[in-house]
Amino acid sequence: MKYELVIGLETHVELSTESKIFCSCGGHAAADEPNDCVCPACCGMPGMLPVMNKRVVELAVTAGLMLNCHINRYTTFDKKNYYYPDLPCAYQITQLNHPICTDGCVTVKTSEGSRDIRIKQIHMEEDAGKLVHEGNSSYVDFNRTSVPLIEIVTQPDFRSAEEVVTYLAKLRSMFRSGGISECQEGAMRCDVNISVRPEGSEEFGVRTEIKNMSSFEAIERAIRYEAQRHMDALEFELEELVQETRRFDEVSGKTFAMRNKETEADYRYFPDANLMPIIIDDEWLEQIKANKPVAVDEKAEDYRAAGIVEKDIATLLSDHKISRLLDDTVALGCDAKTAASWILTDCAGILRKDGKSFDDLVVTPEKLATIIKMVEDGTINRGAGKKVLIAVVEQDVDPVAFCKEQGLDRKVDTAMIDEVIDRVIAENPKAVEDFRGGKAKALQALFGACMRELKGAGDPAMIKEKLEAKLA
Amino acid sequence: MSNYTVLLSENGTVAVDDTLLVKGAEAKAGSRMLEGFKPLFSAEAVTRLEKAGYTMHSKTHVGEFGLDLVGEFSNDCKQTGALRGAAASLVADGTVKAALAVDVNGAPRRAAMLEGVSFLKPTYGTVSRYGVISTAASGEQVGVYAKTADGIAEVMRVIAGHDGKDGTSLPAERYEYVTDAPAGGKRVAVVKELLDKADDAAKANVNAYADALRAKGVTVEEIRVSLTDAAAVAWQILMTAETCNNVSRYDGVKFGHRAENYKTIDELYVNSRTEGFNFLTKAVILYGSDVLSKTRYKACYDKSLRVRRVAAEAMNALFAQYDAVLTPVASVTGFEAYDIHEAFDKVFKESVFTAIPNLVGIPALVSGGVQLMGKAFDESVLLSLAAAVEKEG
Ligand SMILES: [Zn+2]
Repeated sequence: MKYELVIGLETHVELSTESKIFCSCGGHAAADEPNDCVCPACCGMPGMLPVMNKRVVELAVTAGLMLNCHINRYTTFDKKNYYYPDLPCAYQITQLNHPICTDGCVTVKTSEGSRDIRIKQIHMEEDAGKLVHEGNSSYVDFNRTSVPLIEIVTQPDFRSAEEVVTYLAKLRSMFRSGGISECQEGAMRCDVNISVRPEGSEEFGVRTEIKNMSSFEAIERAIRYEAQRHMDALEFELEELVQETRRFDEVSGKTFAMRNKETEADYRYFPDANLMPIIIDDEWLEQIKANKPVAVDEKAEDYRAAGIVEKDIATLLSDHKISRLLDDTVALGCDAKTAASWILTDCAGILRKDGKSFDDLVVTPEKLATIIKMVEDGTINRGAGKKVLIAVVEQDVDPVAFCKEQGLDRKVDTAMIDEVIDRVIAENPKAVEDFRGGKAKALQALFGACMRELKGAGDPAMIKEKLEAKLA
Repeated sequence: MSNYTVLLSENGTVAVDDTLLVKGAEAKAGSRMLEGFKPLFSAEAVTRLEKAGYTMHSKTHVGEFGLDLVGEFSNDCKQTGALRGAAASLVADGTVKAALAVDVNGAPRRAAMLEGVSFLKPTYGTVSRYGVISTAASGEQVGVYAKTADGIAEVMRVIAGHDGKDGTSLPAERYEYVTDAPAGGKRVAVVKELLDKADDAAKANVNAYADALRAKGVTVEEIRVSLTDAAAVAWQILMTAETCNNVSRYDGVKFGHRAENYKTIDELYVNSRTEGFNFLTKAVILYGSDVLSKTRYKACYDKSLRVRRVAAEAMNALFAQYDAVLTPVASVTGFEAYDIHEAFDKVFKESVFTAIPNLVGIPALVSGGVQLMGKAFDESVLLSLAAAVEKEG
């Protein structure tokens, strides 16, 4: 018999905010040691109250807009109760009844064609901490507690592992380029709901849930394994499928049922009275929309139209900071393809040589645009431009001043200066005679004439030296 | 009374109940569970008073998490004979000018009645809850004890007003509290349902107060308010559910009491909490946990939220006709020490008099042994009525 795979996903994404969702601690990425990044609030001490970080709302709405969701103008928080040492308050603040975004849709393109995946909802919540086990002891690290997450829940619309991985890659690329999440290792975690049914059947089969996977490769392997297990069970009646939660073991490549709590846990959800409902009015929504980065697909088209090669487009779309630098440089009047080459070839080369990455890049769009324009209008040649860029990247110098100091400006190259000095000497015989006759002041007049001719370009000391040499 | 208080400063003029934090001073909320817990910051109300030049005199003991009648079931001290509230008694004997307390289920109001002092539970959201050892977030509020309405107004002017550290704090930066608004022409309603539940002494207090108001030109009328019982049940459900949730953080893992004997994390939780909480708190936790369970949520918690809305509307309608409501504070005018196994029911029985202000967030003032409730933000009306009667005596 032919079977059809039915998959739904719950994806947790850690948001790139400067502080946690309900307190002012920095994100856990800022922490070096366990419990470096904690305060009385995210440790669950009495007396502290959660205060909503507005940036989290904005990023969640932006994600919702990217996934074509309905943005709920009235959104509330609920408490989910369970005991675990990494959860300091013994409840997690999440959204059950009024999630921030609902009813979205995203198209995934695979080798089998394209399919629309419906997004059921996106909700905001706080992350839990971490337990570290050493010998007979366990230690809690609250650096990650209250780090903001969004959970994106799809309808059971996926029909293959390939679609799932394509969808996740698309989310990752969107969220990175949109500044929503760095999506670094472990910052995107998935629960996969999977069932199998005879092709053509309308009813769903028995569903299992594979919890907490973060690598795409593991997700793909887990789905393939679990789908096969379901199909074998149906085909050969080897085992009876039960609705349960399972985990994927990366070493054996198999899924295992997780220790079953006798009954399904009752999380006793109820509204959080410490957080007032959030109202997203027209003005705020418009502001979020205005700041929303162009959708990845549209952006890729723009870059393609500008003649940027696919490989570079992929790099740009996966790094918000770099695509932003490019867009801002282009906005200052530079050609996109040229600017892309300066960033992705020249800057990248300099960083690589210094053992650094794009994360360390400090060049501003203004400085980059200045260098590009100087090369374009012939003020400096391409090679000199590269030298200036190195100085900008490594020492953050001012490009114009640097050119003058280093005499890179072609208008101040030695030959040109010589020419100007010669001309001034030829045109001012009286002053030359006076100087040679012992009038030191005359030198000052000749020097002034040179400087006027050079319009301030060139190193004055060098010009004076040359002038004196020629007069001697 | 010394065993009821922990002295902070001899020169202090304000006592602080142990459900409010004072930086560095052990804060236990009357519970073994919080033994040794020293907060890293002070409650906003305390900080504001200190900035205004007040010095805190002492931490005053409360019943565990402020859930009992007046403070009789504290891990720190055992009461016998006639019950008294620690903070209220310091105000009564003149040791302090005023005291701060958290009103979650009427305990400070009952304590004020016992000592013949005044206590104001302000409108929800006017005083920051930052630094409150929270039990029922949706109805608890920091209030003030003083001997007179003027004494309360003086402290309220300092502590009320927006605080960005509390998401439920209302936006107004400050509020006016006056005690000299004319009483003449005001209309006050006496709630028959509550009067009927009171004993003769409590009734006599209300009637005497009504007469004193009349003497000031106030119209006092008896009315019926059908929702008093429903409001008490709704608040019991919401209060126990929120308390169950808020005290679940006391698990022996991070701070406070941890059992010595445990092998697994579940044993650590169970043994620590079994040892750390008293019987009343355990009853509240069980009750609150039950009303939040999947099968009961709709019929209990959700319904109570609806009762809260209905009650708020009913009280608003009532305040369209009356400036204030006059009720007994409790069914009796004095309490004797009793067995903790009776506490859950006993507190519920008394909460019928105090629940409405917690449930719907309106202000309640205890003065002269009676309770005045008012419309949200109408503290000045209540304080002025009380001040008028005080001057009579
Ligand atoms: Zn924190």
